[in-house]
Amino acid sequence: MTSSQPLIRMQNIEKHFGSVIALAGVSVDIYPGECHCLLGDNGAGKSTFIKTMSGVHKPTKGDILFEGQPMYFADPRDAIAAGIATVHQHLAMIPLMSVSRNFFMGNEPLRKIGPFRFFDHDYANRVTMEEMRKMGINLRGPEQAVGTLSGGERQTVAIARAVHFGAKVLILDEPTSALGVRQTANVLATIDKVRKQGVAVVFITHNVRHALAVGDRFTVLNRGQTLGTAKRGEISAEELQDMMAGGQELATLEGSLGGTV
Amino acid sequence: MTDVQTQVAGDERIKHRSRFREALIRPELGGIIGTILVFAMFLIFAGDSGMFNSQGVLNWGQISAQFMIIAVGACLLMIAGEFDLSVGSMIGFAGMLIAIFSVTLGWPVWMAIIVTFVIALAIGALNGYIVVRTGLPSFIVTLAFLFILRGFAIYLPQTIERKTIIGGVSDAAQGDWLAAVFGGKILTGLFQWLGDNGWIAVFERGTRKGQPVVDGLPMLVVWAIVLVIVGHVILTKTRFGNWIFAAGGDAEAARNSGVPVNRVKILMFMFTAFCATVFAACQVMEFGGAGSDRGLLKEFEAIIAVVIGGALLTGGYGSVIGAALGALIFGVVQQGLFFAGVESSLFRVFLGLILLFAVILNTYIRRIITGER
Repeated sequence: MTSSQPLIRMQNIEKHFGSVIALAGVSVDIYPGECHCLLGDNGAGKSTFIKTMSGVHKPTKGDILFEGQPMYFADPRDAIAAGIATVHQHLAMIPLMSVSRNFFMGNEPLRKIGPFRFFDHDYANRVTMEEMRKMGINLRGPEQAVGTLSGGERQTVAIARAVHFGAKVLILDEPTSALGVRQTANVLATIDKVRKQGVAVVFITHNVRHALAVGDRFTVLNRGQTLGTAKRGEISAEELQDMMAGGQELATLEGSLGGTV
Repeated sequence: MTDVQTQVAGDERIKHRSRFREALIRPELGGIIGTILVFAMFLIFAGDSGMFNSQGVLNWGQISAQFMIIAVGACLLMIAGEFDLSVGSMIGFAGMLIAIFSVTLGWPVWMAIIVTFVIALAIGALNGYIVVRTGLPSFIVTLAFLFILRGFAIYLPQTIERKTIIGGVSDAAQGDWLAAVFGGKILTGLFQWLGDNGWIAVFERGTRKGQPVVDGLPMLVVWAIVLVIVGHVILTKTRFGNWIFAAGGDAEAARNSGVPVNRVKILMFMFTAFCATVFAACQVMEFGGAGSDRGLLKEFEAIIAVVIGGALLTGGYGSVIGAALGALIFGVVQQGLFFAGVESSLFRVFLGLILLFAVILNTYIRRIITGER
């Protein structure tokens, strides 16, 4: 799991929005084949951080190295082309369109007939069915509308799509936060499969148990700062929880709730 | 991964759907049912009124073709998630431009038509540009153009010729190659042959004795068929078609996947304007002139045809074939009421009822597709 060179190295990243300091010097390394969990409470700067990583925001200060080279992306499409794919919680799939149309949205395979180029539905359907089977999703057919899939299955389709189109880094923005227990398990299993293919997964969540289930390393963000990165086995759920909440307050609160949070 | 078999075993809670039910879940369902119904109805009530001989078929065929031409544009635009309420005004405006250019200014008709198309496409692009840049609902933006274009369609001939109808295009169009593309007829040999064999009616007396009453397929109908086929192929068989669905289904998700949503929408506005101008050009060539009030309410009729054809008003779902069937229902009913001897104002009652029925059916189909409850 410890490759020599990090795929992405982010050093002392700062991001200011006017007078608001969203990120105050965050450093993170992402290695291929690892699942790097980025934990933080709401407002901790998780979203800003991943948007910086995926090229949506430019850092105010700090360096980003992608495969050892200084990274500069003019827009998110460049990031996708370079192999950094973001799977958003809601904005990934179009419910009324078929799974195969969704899978190839923006990357439609083409087949030439005379001077015209047509959407190669046969190829798209075949690949979609194959990829879905690999991920353990049983489709009625490639023409099935995404709207009939469960939330977890949709996340899985989105992940499979990103990997199929050559993502080296997969940024998952709270993929499990709106899901039920079983669907969450499916998504976590998908993350595990993807990691084993050598893809680096950046898993954003505020659920410590989900993070511990698949994470190799854990970075906690709190109020725009990182409290360091811990390896699997070096840290307990309670410690992560405390770091996310900034320690004291939650401990008091948790006491009154009987330690259930 | 070792246990693929159990993974593919499926979810025991997904009920098996019959192939029949599966076949029903398609956007064209309403259009197909409606088409069968209206044909059955008029075969019973107007079967012997001449509605189904060659002149009768041409009659409702042409009306249907008119609806189809604008419905194809409205359909693709609606699937891309937008409306165009300026279609009717564009028909009046574009027709008026062709007449002014060719009659008042004396340009060759082909030049008048080409320049009109360029202007119409530019207005369509402007519509689209305003919608995507401001993020305003296309309903409002194109409503503005409904009034602006209609205003010009009245103002221009009033100012130039002191009247709201400009005639004389027929004389100007004599022998013009491009005018024939919109006002001519094809397959005249085939129709003569059909007449010679007694399969379609021929004139019994007079100077045209022996010639078929319907002597060819009007270019209007050809345009309608070509636009429907091209629209259907683009929508279902090309990359751009996938982008149209995506842009209307969820513009944000489409953008995240790298679909150029703004470009798609602007192009669809231009295509709607193109269809309206085809309609206008055919009409001007047929009547030999343009009138300020041409195309009134056509935008709504186009939208209704599209909705009958199964497209969702919210975008992202629909079918060109369905829209064409919706247009066919329109043409058949509008003319069929006349053949059946029913008061023609009832057409509007029918329009309203079928619209209501279609929207309810579409909502139901959408629920089945997306699994909403």
